[in-house]
Amino acid sequence: MSLIQAFFAIVRRDLLLAFRRRAEMANPLFFFVLVVTLFPLAVGAQPNLLQAMAPGVIWVSALLAALLSLDGLFRSDFDDGSLEQLLLSPHPLSVLVLGKIFAHWLVTGLPLLLVAPLLALFLGLPGQAMPTLWVTLILATPLLSLIGAIGVALTVGLRRGGMILSLLVLPLYVPVLIFASGAVDRAASGLPVSAQINILLAMLLLALVLTPLPTAAALKMSVN
Amino acid sequence: MEHLQPAMLEVADLYCRRDDRSLFSGLSFGLRPGQVLLLEGSNGSGKTTLLRILCGFREADGGEIYWSGRPAAESSYFADMAYVGHADGTKKELTVLENLRFALALSQPGQYGIDQALQKVQLSGYDDNPVQSLSAGQKRRLSLARLLITRNILWILDEPFTSLDKQGMELIETLMDDHAKNGGMVILTSHHDLTFPHLSLQRIHLDSCL
Repeated sequence: MSLIQAFFAIVRRDLLLAFRRRAEMANPLFFFVLVVTLFPLAVGAQPNLLQAMAPGVIWVSALLAALLSLDGLFRSDFDDGSLEQLLLSPHPLSVLVLGKIFAHWLVTGLPLLLVAPLLALFLGLPGQAMPTLWVTLILATPLLSLIGAIGVALTVGLRRGGMILSLLVLPLYVPVLIFASGAVDRAASGLPVSAQINILLAMLLLALVLTPLPTAAALKMSVN
Repeated sequence: MEHLQPAMLEVADLYCRRDDRSLFSGLSFGLRPGQVLLLEGSNGSGKTTLLRILCGFREADGGEIYWSGRPAAESSYFADMAYVGHADGTKKELTVLENLRFALALSQPGQYGIDQALQKVQLSGYDDNPVQSLSAGQKRRLSLARLLITRNILWILDEPFTSLDKQGMELIETLMDDHAKNGGMVILTSHHDLTFPHLSLQRIHLDSCL
């Protein structure tokens, strides 16, 4: 069958799998909502402080939620031998991997996108920053999945790779965090944000092209 | 007469080392269409490692693998082979049918349709059962059904007889026999002493390949 069909077969299978184990898949979203809602309780009724912190709080929580969801990307495939079968497919592994990352984003990134505006409202983020928050989430959550995939592919063969995964991936997440929360922050004070958005867009496009290749290579190493 | 036909798979002088210990060295064999090769050896003798080298998951420390006269990496070798390992490679949350459809999407359609293949491995009627509700032997037969629905010439089977009853073992034997008769090839490992009355078998003892 053609490559396009194989790509969508992977996406469909992973979405179906996510649906069958939805309790597990809802975990990162639950974590995201929990952290953001706990902040006002801990900080107290100081609307101005919460408003100033809102971009940072939302973005840090989104980033940690993405990190939490990463391990599931290749773990079950590695454990049950599906990964070996993917490697043996005549189709290029990098495209199949991109399919898996896309499905992972649909399951973990997209829900964040939907609840984030609600939570931002909850923290009192000014309405003028809302579109920017959305745009940064649309651009940067796939970026988190793409970058994270390299780290997961490298550590999936290790028995306790969780700690190493965070150490590997977090430094690469920091630029995303800086530009994304910076953009929302500037938008909240009515400043132009096109520079940050453009950089995020450039990073996303680069990652789309460049990350599937090392991910595929790392997976080949991990099954060795 | 068939000996005049050149070997399709040729392994030349393969060498593998693990933790400063040589697993096997100078391992050479050829396999012609219609032949079945049984790798024997004690635990830890490198049977699985050899299969993983043949699958391209692992690089050999020396030696070459040729497919139709060309180095494996430059030929259609990886499109022509199929592997069933210790892990079944099926998703336990998905149904039998969903698993097979996905396997088909990753590969080229083969000799049998999904229904026919399920009939052959005696799993018809289980189409919509999630794989986690199947027994270990049924899971094994499902992973063998994957070999039937995809296009392949060389089967690489790692301990295909684990968790199968006598009937299941006979079933695999029949499947391998059919595959060989159609010009296919099979490489399998087993630590049992196996005799297949219907199959002409090549045997390699890995313990003697040091």
